[in-house]
Amino acid sequence: MDRPTRSREIKNVIATVLMWTAFLIAVIPLIWILSTVVVKGGNLLVDSHWWLNSQRGITNREVGGGAYHAIIGTLIQALVCAVIAVPIAVFTAIYLVEYGRGRFARLVSFMVDILTGIPSIVAALFIFALWVTTLKQDRVGFAVSLALVLLMIPVVVRSTEEMLKLVPNELREASYALGVPKYKTITRIVLPTAFSGIITGVLLGLARVMGETAPLLVLGPYSKSINTDIFSGFMAALPTMINQDRSEARPEAINRVWAAALTLIVLVMLLNIAGRLIARLSKVSK
Amino acid sequence: MASITGRSELDVEPSGDEASTGRLGDRIFSGLATGSGAFVVLLILLVAVFLISQAIPPLMDNKANFFTDRVWEVNAGSLRFGIPDLLYVTVVSSLLAMIIAVPVAIAVALFLTQYAPKRLATPFGYLVDLLAAVPSIIFGLWGYQILAPYVRPVQDFLGDWFGWIPFFEPPASTGTIFLASTVLAIMILPIVTALSREVFDQTPLTHKEGALALGATKWEMIRTAVLPFGAGGVVSAAMLGLGRALGETIAVTIIVSTNPGVFRFSLFSGGETFASKIANNAGEFDTPTKAGAFIAAGLVLFVLTFVVNAAARIIIERRKAFIE
Repeated sequence: MDRPTRSREIKNVIATVLMWTAFLIAVIPLIWILSTVVVKGGNLLVDSHWWLNSQRGITNREVGGGAYHAIIGTLIQALVCAVIAVPIAVFTAIYLVEYGRGRFARLVSFMVDILTGIPSIVAALFIFALWVTTLKQDRVGFAVSLALVLLMIPVVVRSTEEMLKLVPNELREASYALGVPKYKTITRIVLPTAFSGIITGVLLGLARVMGETAPLLVLGPYSKSINTDIFSGFMAALPTMINQDRSEARPEAINRVWAAALTLIVLVMLLNIAGRLIARLSKVSK
Repeated sequence: MASITGRSELDVEPSGDEASTGRLGDRIFSGLATGSGAFVVLLILLVAVFLISQAIPPLMDNKANFFTDRVWEVNAGSLRFGIPDLLYVTVVSSLLAMIIAVPVAIAVALFLTQYAPKRLATPFGYLVDLLAAVPSIIFGLWGYQILAPYVRPVQDFLGDWFGWIPFFEPPASTGTIFLASTVLAIMILPIVTALSREVFDQTPLTHKEGALALGATKWEMIRTAVLPFGAGGVVSAAMLGLGRALGETIAVTIIVSTNPGVFRFSLFSGGETFASKIANNAGEFDTPTKAGAFIAAGLVLFVLTFVVNAAARIIIERRKAFIE
């Protein structure tokens, strides 16, 4: 067999080297960002003080205080968002896989894609126009949750849809053959089989909305104190805690900014990795 | 919900529609599912309707031309605002990010599908996906405080040697469009990679084997079989990345310094995108008119991302139909 000519071989080697380099280039930012955040903010997280206290009464010149107020705010807003978004998203996915045929189904699918691409600041402006300007309500945690609903729905729809499609048709057919009505087939056979995939979607969706800053800037002013009431008062969240002091020059304050960033990244990464692990461990086999 | 008579013989997949008994449970359940689907469609319509309805009154009172005048005064009494500068910075920063990210993303996708050892391809892929999980505020913080000093020499070099091109005209300010584009490129890299990977993975084995059997080297096989097959998918992946970059808010807000007054075409100046303009002023939405002016800017951003995303999706759908 003829071997390729020298110049072709050289091109091949160059291409191989370039591909490996590109991958390394892609991984460097991830490692760089994670190590920066750990190095600059890690010292505060090892102390339980960080997890149990708020920033109330602490100025930018003082060391101390914690992120409890922001963590609890982020969790509450994300959970309320999930309570609203998950049912809508799961039912939309059921519609797309089990019911949807023809034009309208294609339209719904297209709109889910558009929702995926909607910038978070636009979602925030929409809720501002609805909640603040039209309904004359205050800027509270609940408004933030509503904006996050728009961002969470497409994530959950897509991953649920993916899982429902993987459920073998034989299971559905077997159920229909026994005379089980369609809705019972879906609730008793299809959904339990795809359950882990739905959980994955919810976790990934939560990870996405917890890291969003734009809706908080428009709808959720920061507060240094603990507020667990989603319908009144300013409510802190981790992104706004970072945003508040990001241009501070004082080392005490900037240390807390990086610590908050690390807290947020840990939260988001845990959800992400948990979601992917669940998806991996319990794949519906074909 | 097609009726039995409406179904063609070719429909092999049982839809289970015959199993719909018309009982209350079935009707409620299908109603909920269809209702949710309709709600998603309604949601997009509502976004458009609310943004338009809030944007119209200030646009009517606008003393300046919205599309051509370079002013932004939204205080009560003198309402003069226009978007050309915002549009320029938004589009240019996103396009540059796309230009930087796409070649790298294609190479990474090729690496993951064609080069990486089989067992490592999945974990390597996760690493790239994890980059997408990093919240954008952290990208902004990192870009502004850590990456900036490393990008400065690149800017200086480009300014020194290519300063005669308007895009690279020195001097560079602290938070430049160029730096923002670099960070945006990193942020959209996972998105572009993910979709490119998917299409490269679908290359028919026969195409690849055919190329190899004709004596092609691996690179030639990629060039003649994988890349032409994936081209359409890569284009739409690039557009999805562009759509993401256009709407990115907090990272750009942190990185790019606002420079009121002087406008320069240079990538080494600061400026404001639609999103960062809104974010920078979000605390001051005290009157509906004032908020409305910013909502008008947000509406333009919505239309822009809608068009880019819709185009990307249409290309994907066409490609799907073509493959099947």
